[in-house]
Amino acid sequence: MKLTRRELLKMGLISICGAVIPVSAFEVFKPEALASLIHPFSKKKRWAFVVDTTKCVGCGMCVKACKLENDVPFYADIQRTWVERYVQRKGGEVIIDSPRGARYGFTANDPQGRTDVPEDDISKGFFVPKLCNHCEKPSCVQVCPAGATYKTEDGVVLVDRKWCIGCGYCITNCPYFARFFHPVYNTADKCTFCYHRITKGRKTACVEACAFGVRKIGLLNDPDSEVFNIVKTERVAVLKPEYGNEPHVFYIGLDHIVR
Amino acid sequence: MEAGSINESVHGALWTIRELYTYPNEYMYWTVHIVVYPFLTGLVAGAFVLSSMYHVFGKEQLKPVAKFSLVFSLALLIMAPVPLLFHLTQPFRSINIMLTPHFYSAIAAFTLVYLTYMAIVMSEIWFVFRPFIVKNALEKTGLMGLIYKVMTLGSYDVSETALHTDEKIIKVLAAVGIPAAAFLHGYVGFIFGSVKTVPLWKTPLMPFIFLMSAIISGVAICIITYTVGMSLTRKFICGASIRSMAKVLSMFLIIAFMLEGIDIVFHAYTAEEFWGILSELLFQRFAFKMIVIQWVCGMILPMILLFIPNVSILRAFISACLVIIGVFMMRWDVVIGGQSMSRSFAGFLNYKLPILPTSIEAFREGLFAVIILLVAPFVLLFIFNKVLPVFTEVFTEEECKLSEGK
Repeated sequence: MKLTRRELLKMGLISICGAVIPVSAFEVFKPEALASLIHPFSKKKRWAFVVDTTKCVGCGMCVKACKLENDVPFYADIQRTWVERYVQRKGGEVIIDSPRGARYGFTANDPQGRTDVPEDDISKGFFVPKLCNHCEKPSCVQVCPAGATYKTEDGVVLVDRKWCIGCGYCITNCPYFARFFHPVYNTADKCTFCYHRITKGRKTACVEACAFGVRKIGLLNDPDSEVFNIVKTERVAVLKPEYGNEPHVFYIGLDHIVR
Repeated sequence: MEAGSINESVHGALWTIRELYTYPNEYMYWTVHIVVYPFLTGLVAGAFVLSSMYHVFGKEQLKPVAKFSLVFSLALLIMAPVPLLFHLTQPFRSINIMLTPHFYSAIAAFTLVYLTYMAIVMSEIWFVFRPFIVKNALEKTGLMGLIYKVMTLGSYDVSETALHTDEKIIKVLAAVGIPAAAFLHGYVGFIFGSVKTVPLWKTPLMPFIFLMSAIISGVAICIITYTVGMSLTRKFICGASIRSMAKVLSMFLIIAFMLEGIDIVFHAYTAEEFWGILSELLFQRFAFKMIVIQWVCGMILPMILLFIPNVSILRAFISACLVIIGVFMMRWDVVIGGQSMSRSFAGFLNYKLPILPTSIEAFREGLFAVIILLVAPFVLLFIFNKVLPVFTEVFTEEECKLSEGK
């Protein structure tokens, strides 16, 4: 059979178009997308955290435990986790503070070091523990130029201390400011969900240190996990969802004044 | 009270003073070197565009500065990434971004963009100076002779046809260089514009704002260096060349002003969540730096000076100085101002440039390092000028008069 150039081009074009249609079907029927129709969360192993702010008393034991567990210099003013205090006065003024990340706890009525806030002038006050949100779409991982920070298969965001160049792009891009430069290693550092503990079946240091059951760690879509049951059945919120990072620390009792 | 707490070992604590509520990990992490870096790359882009205007668009009046601006842009280009090395907490690992580049990150493309542009500038310089290099390689002896011999790269052909081909190549390189220069600097703007957590940076206009301010700063520095260079060597300063550069400056000044203006107007009009803190920054904390120095002195005043007809050399020189100060201030306001708003939108971070080098950290991030970095391009230019004299084709009084009409 003799083939002219015109015919060759024609047939080539048709076969390309023909090939594109079945290939595009893979996009439509992505297994993950289909699975998400059946289950609200994928079956994939995914670590998540729950913070019940209604129970927090601001003792700061979690912060202390985290520092000691994770080799973060205790007296340095950088934290992998910290607790914020929110005080709203009757006039509407909101005072927020977290002295030394609350590693010594909150022991007096002195928001931001002020003594002019009498107790009967406070309309509401509460504590909000914070930590890395281990986002599904972490902007810190997106911007790391050297690929030194990454997300593990089970959803935990980690930093490779041996590879980080210390540009600070990840720190600048974190909406929660969960990152900082480690004063000893001089590389970006952050909460790891105590990856060295949770992968061995233990709980994180902060969860174990909390006497009030504020903090909970567990796997999403594991029916036995408390975290999964809370996220599935209760009204939870996340911090700064507008950035599109899909944070995986879920809060109970979040207020609109929380930053 | 945590405000003002000093903790020497924590990166950022040395120069950050916190006010009201800021997150416990919040320090000024991108400091003065991140101000110097876009400033230097901006000058590169501007100087190169100016030289291309002569080589591509044949603006005769720019002939005296064409060679100079090209070599100057190389000197600046060599120094441009140095502030980044000062900035990194692990500078010896900077090679990692070439070994395992993560291309979703804007910074990862740096090597590619930078080296491409470097190749264009270096080869253009080689072609422009080739006749000069060959002449010296044949005439000079000793060390200088050897340097020129190496610089010929073995090509001694200076026949008419060869030079004609050279000219064509120069034209192509200069033309390709314009988008490359635009990309180099637009990309720096993209690095900032894509940081979604800083309200002052997060705008798609950022690459264009950076590009326009880059061009005006580059042209302004060329006006200044040309005028000063000519005065020091007691050569004739050509008014026509200055006026031509001033015209380019004024055109781009308008665009830069409009872009920066519309950005702020948009923020004010849409008044998103962060407008409260942003307006406090603009109209109170950074009011002098932003409104007075950056806008009034750096843009409006030079615009008025340049738009009054019959621009004199002095008037152009003053405008150029104002523009340089304004653009440096703009870099400062963007980088430092942007970060000085706490991500909690409930507090401020004040930046205090370390002056005395009391520790390695204080030197590395301090005033002296900055002065070294800002002076270094001029030192490099001085050295380059010894090998490749940049002011050989300056106009005499008559040539200057002739070029005015063209």
